[in-house]
Amino acid sequence: MNLSRKWLEEFVHVDAGDRAFAEAMTLSGSKVEGTTDLGAEISNVVVGRIVSIEKHPNSDHMFVCMLDVGRDAPVQIVTGAWNIHEGDLVPVALHKSTLPGGKKIEKGNLRGVKSNGMLCSMKELGLDERDFPYGVITAAALLNNYHPIDPNKPSIPADIQPGAKVFGPVICAGVSAVSYAGDGRWTVTLVYPADSTLKEVSLETPCQNIHSWDLVAFNTKTNTICTLADLRAEQKEFPNCIPDGIFILQEDCKPGDDIKPVINADDHVVEFEITPNRPDCLSVIGLAREAAATFDAPLTLHTPVVKGGAEGSLVELLDVETPDADLVPRYTARMVRNVKIAPSPKWMRERLRSMGVRPINNIVDITNYVMLEYGQPMHAFDYRYVHGGKIIVRRAAEGEQLTTLDNNVHTLTANHLVIADETRAVGLAGIMGGLNSEIVADTTDVVFESACFDGTCIRKGALALGMRTEASAKFEKGLDPLNTLPAVNRACELVELLGAGEVVDGVIDILNNVPQPTVVKLEPDKINALLGTKVPAEDMVRILRKLDFQVDGDQVTVPSWRGDVKRMADLAEEVARFYGYNNIPNTLMVGQTTQGGYSPTQKLENQLGESCRHCGFDEIITYSFISPTAYDKIGWPADDPMRQSFKILNPLGEDTSIMRTTTLPSMLEIVARNWNYRNKNVKLYELGRIYLPGGPDGLAVEKKVLSMGAYGDGMDFYTFKGYIEAILKAIRAQDGSYEPAPGLAPTVSYHPGRVAAVKSGDNVIGYFGQIHPNVARNYGVDGEIYCAELAFDALMQAKGPDPEYVSLPKYPAVERDIAVVCNESVTVGQLESAIRTGAMGLLKDVQLFDIYRGAGILPGKKSVAFSLTLRADDRSLTSEEADRDVKSILEELERSCGAVLR
Amino acid sequence: MREQLAKIRAAALAAFEGAASKVDLDELRVRYLGKKGELTAVLKQMGKLSPEERPAMGQLANEVRAALEEALDSTAKNLEAAALEAKLKAETLDVTVPGVPVPEGHRHPMYIALDEMKEIFIGMGFTVLDGPEIELAQLNFDRLNAEEGHPSRDWSDTFYFDADSRVMLRSQTSPMQVRAMDSMPLPIRIIAPGRVYRKDEVDATHSPMFHQVEGMVIDKGVTMADLKGTLNTVVERMYGVGTKTRFRPHHFPFTEPSCEVDVQCHKCGGVGCPTCKGEGWIELLGAGMIHPRVLEMAGIDPNEWSGWAFGFGLERTAMRRFKIDDLRLIFENDVRFLEQF
Repeated sequence: MNLSRKWLEEFVHVDAGDRAFAEAMTLSGSKVEGTTDLGAEISNVVVGRIVSIEKHPNSDHMFVCMLDVGRDAPVQIVTGAWNIHEGDLVPVALHKSTLPGGKKIEKGNLRGVKSNGMLCSMKELGLDERDFPYGVITAAALLNNYHPIDPNKPSIPADIQPGAKVFGPVICAGVSAVSYAGDGRWTVTLVYPADSTLKEVSLETPCQNIHSWDLVAFNTKTNTICTLADLRAEQKEFPNCIPDGIFILQEDCKPGDDIKPVINADDHVVEFEITPNRPDCLSVIGLAREAAATFDAPLTLHTPVVKGGAEGSLVELLDVETPDADLVPRYTARMVRNVKIAPSPKWMRERLRSMGVRPINNIVDITNYVMLEYGQPMHAFDYRYVHGGKIIVRRAAEGEQLTTLDNNVHTLTANHLVIADETRAVGLAGIMGGLNSEIVADTTDVVFESACFDGTCIRKGALALGMRTEASAKFEKGLDPLNTLPAVNRACELVELLGAGEVVDGVIDILNNVPQPTVVKLEPDKINALLGTKVPAEDMVRILRKLDFQVDGDQVTVPSWRGDVKRMADLAEEVARFYGYNNIPNTLMVGQTTQGGYSPTQKLENQLGESCRHCGFDEIITYSFISPTAYDKIGWPADDPMRQSFKILNPLGEDTSIMRTTTLPSMLEIVARNWNYRNKNVKLYELGRIYLPGGPDGLAVEKKVLSMGAYGDGMDFYTFKGYIEAILKAIRAQDGSYEPAPGLAPTVSYHPGRVAAVKSGDNVIGYFGQIHPNVARNYGVDGEIYCAELAFDALMQAKGPDPEYVSLPKYPAVERDIAVVCNESVTVGQLESAIRTGAMGLLKDVQLFDIYRGAGILPGKKSVAFSLTLRADDRSLTSEEADRDVKSILEELERSCGAVLR
Repeated sequence: MREQLAKIRAAALAAFEGAASKVDLDELRVRYLGKKGELTAVLKQMGKLSPEERPAMGQLANEVRAALEEALDSTAKNLEAAALEAKLKAETLDVTVPGVPVPEGHRHPMYIALDEMKEIFIGMGFTVLDGPEIELAQLNFDRLNAEEGHPSRDWSDTFYFDADSRVMLRSQTSPMQVRAMDSMPLPIRIIAPGRVYRKDEVDATHSPMFHQVEGMVIDKGVTMADLKGTLNTVVERMYGVGTKTRFRPHHFPFTEPSCEVDVQCHKCGGVGCPTCKGEGWIELLGAGMIHPRVLEMAGIDPNEWSGWAFGFGLERTAMRRFKIDDLRLIFENDVRFLEQF
């Protein structure tokens, strides 16, 4: 919401600079996002009157002007613009002036002629035709500026003389006089020879670039001066006849005046962020009320007075029905006759402009003005298109069509509310008017609608059509039904003030649901108890009264526009806002103490993260949603039940449309990104969630997964396995084991010969291994990637108890190395397990130290060497005892694995 | 004989002096003091002396032996020291050669910020809660007083899984307030960090997935002054003692009164600069006293219990903490970024 401080001054005088105003309003609850000084960049620009114009001695397209800028002596300025005339009032940027965009103007020489500044165009002042519609420049095609595209084939002779035919009814004419006719038009007197006499014609034209020395193309049939378009000429044929030039002021100003007030650049516009509970602050009056309370200044409101008296009786002219009364709490309407559509006056246009609204014509501008001032959206429609003089506010028929003012055709449903006459819809209630009843240049009778519609209905309707308008944005928050009547009266008052028409006496006012005012009990003790303050009751009353709450004893009547205030806590906020949030003391909580801390689950999460980081893994954060094609990319079969994912019905895009049931695609995406960035050694982890169907209440089962991924120098299966082992060791997982896991449903994404299931006892914790080369290629990586997916729940289950001290060995151990030869198919795991089985109670540790294939070993076989540590807790072992155990181990190795001592 | 001893002594001392190594010295020891050494040879002649001469000569011979042994020891020590010095010199390393890297991983900066925050709250007796991200609209909205028609419920703002807008991706961590009220005994002090989702396109300050930290206290006699005191303490712990805050009114459906808390801009000290968009303040979090209606819906009597709640945006906190200027870096996970923390 933008607020013009000039407009605000109409209701409350606030003596504060922009910064102080913003600070105070923000702290009382109306957050200021920023303030724009409309003229901040403009300095030393004044109004000047052109005293004389002469051709530049050294240029064929420039002029030397003398300007009266309110000083003793006129100022000389050179310009290239062709649209100025002697007597014109123009903006003059004097020596050492500044313009929007940081442009600085200084005096200088233009082709040997002194120029003490610059005449400004609208653009140079930061304005456009929306600010000053009359500033649009229409250029006549001046025949003395004609430059043929092909010099050998001119379509107009270079020495064309008045009276000569250009084409058809268009002839060359000389200009003998030019004078301003008002309203952006000029009176031009043309002279040309015809029928052996000198004919003189006087006409009005919007073309600004005509001077008494020019030759124009005059259409004798239409009595108009031709523009380039009329001659179907290209711009380069008339290089100086351009729709651009100096801004010729038609304002009430005089030479020497500062330009800023003339173009309303002296206003400061404050941008507010208004929270949805305060639709009343989406208006100048609403913010004025807040400002008055904030600055303790009197608020001057105005009650509209309508003279009325137009011919006819409202009851006979107009009938309103609201069959869907629940959607129309109130409908208020008045009529204006003998309307004269015209531009609205400058003060109104300026106010609309500074609030960011484009002026259109007096009637439309009045509706916008009232909407900004009162916060009540208004609509004006042309009475002659209300067939039968009857307005029906009803639900649209299914499939009913309506073309709105923005020229879009909408197909409606019964969820939309329309304003209709007896035969058809003429507007979308609360959203936008219909094109079929638009206010146009020849509108004479106007209906002003000032209604209160159901907020949800308007919001849903606007949303369904994708057309949230300023009006619908206000309605959807729920407006004050008591505001419709003052607003429509204000519109009628403005009609009379602007002389835009005559108001018919009487008001149509249908009250379907206007609630009784809310009354809340004032309980100062409770308010102080909630706030932790000691605000005296009388201060509370004073604050509430400033905001137009009526206080009678302990009964507080809430004003109709404050639908957000319903109970004690709401009053407490009003008190706190104006007592000052920053005046509330800072205290520390008393009361029962609570035991804070991490749960066992959270402790394990922290521990896993620490272990990963110790292993050199960096933590990442990935999106929980993925593309459905991610399952294809990781090679899951099309019918894999794990593909069943929560699907977002309104995703931002396909890529983020389903909730992942695996963390692998997220990890691979980040791995691939780092690969593409040519990062060399990458190790990443994330404790992320997966989202599986089947939770309570139709929710997901959200499981955490420790996801790891790595590539780089020295990264191979066993290095990666070392990390997994380190993590399991850190959480003291019991009975860890690793089994080949090719081709299982969750491991199809991995190299079938390099993937293992991680187990703790029978509990499968997860899988790790090298990513399948095809999958890696799908992510654009042609190297080895290693990943792990470990289920957090399983890790929690595998987590061992806290350590208990075991006394250190008192007796020495015996180390024995053995090397056995076995078939390739026998795994080290199987050998190790045979060793443990075969031992007779003295074995304390087994360490693999070599696997050998080659000379001395038959093909298809391998030699595997282990270091065995044997020890008894109660004595020193004898060599014989150790031998007995080793013998038993070797027997078991041969029996169960066919492995024989080398 | 006396001359002989004097000669040996002089010759031996000179020889020791000239020894270049321990080996040389050992040879010299044998040569002079050994069983077949020169001194021993002289002493063997003692028998030829008269009994009167013997004691004086014996004493002299012992003196010479002692002197030689002492000289030998000190020379040996010197040689040893010299040898060590030479060895150390030879072992000199270029200390500017980099050490063997210890590959330590890095905590994501956002979680560093979260950990710091958790520590602060745990120290104040808060429990850390975790909850579902796929959530019921009833908990995300209705139970938080954002009824049907609240704009944040629109499909343009929130992700839904069913046409009835019943199941959604939580748009805030606030449903954890409701889950805590429904499941925990009073009094309650919790924080609930986690992922939240809103329909925002990715840019330097927006992401469809981001993180919040919810906090809530319910107890008897809890006041807005307590909210201020507690949050100010937290802010001072996070941003340093003396960090200025301001509380300004705001609106949330589930708190009343509601506020937003700003910290004074660290860059300009409150004068106004591009970082704070000229305001001198940077928005930090939203908070307020729990709306009585929210307590009532959870079966808690607002006349007996009161409470306050707050919500931080975690990314913003981390970005400010580490001066990260683009939110996309948080989710891009480039190791060159991650390894800076």
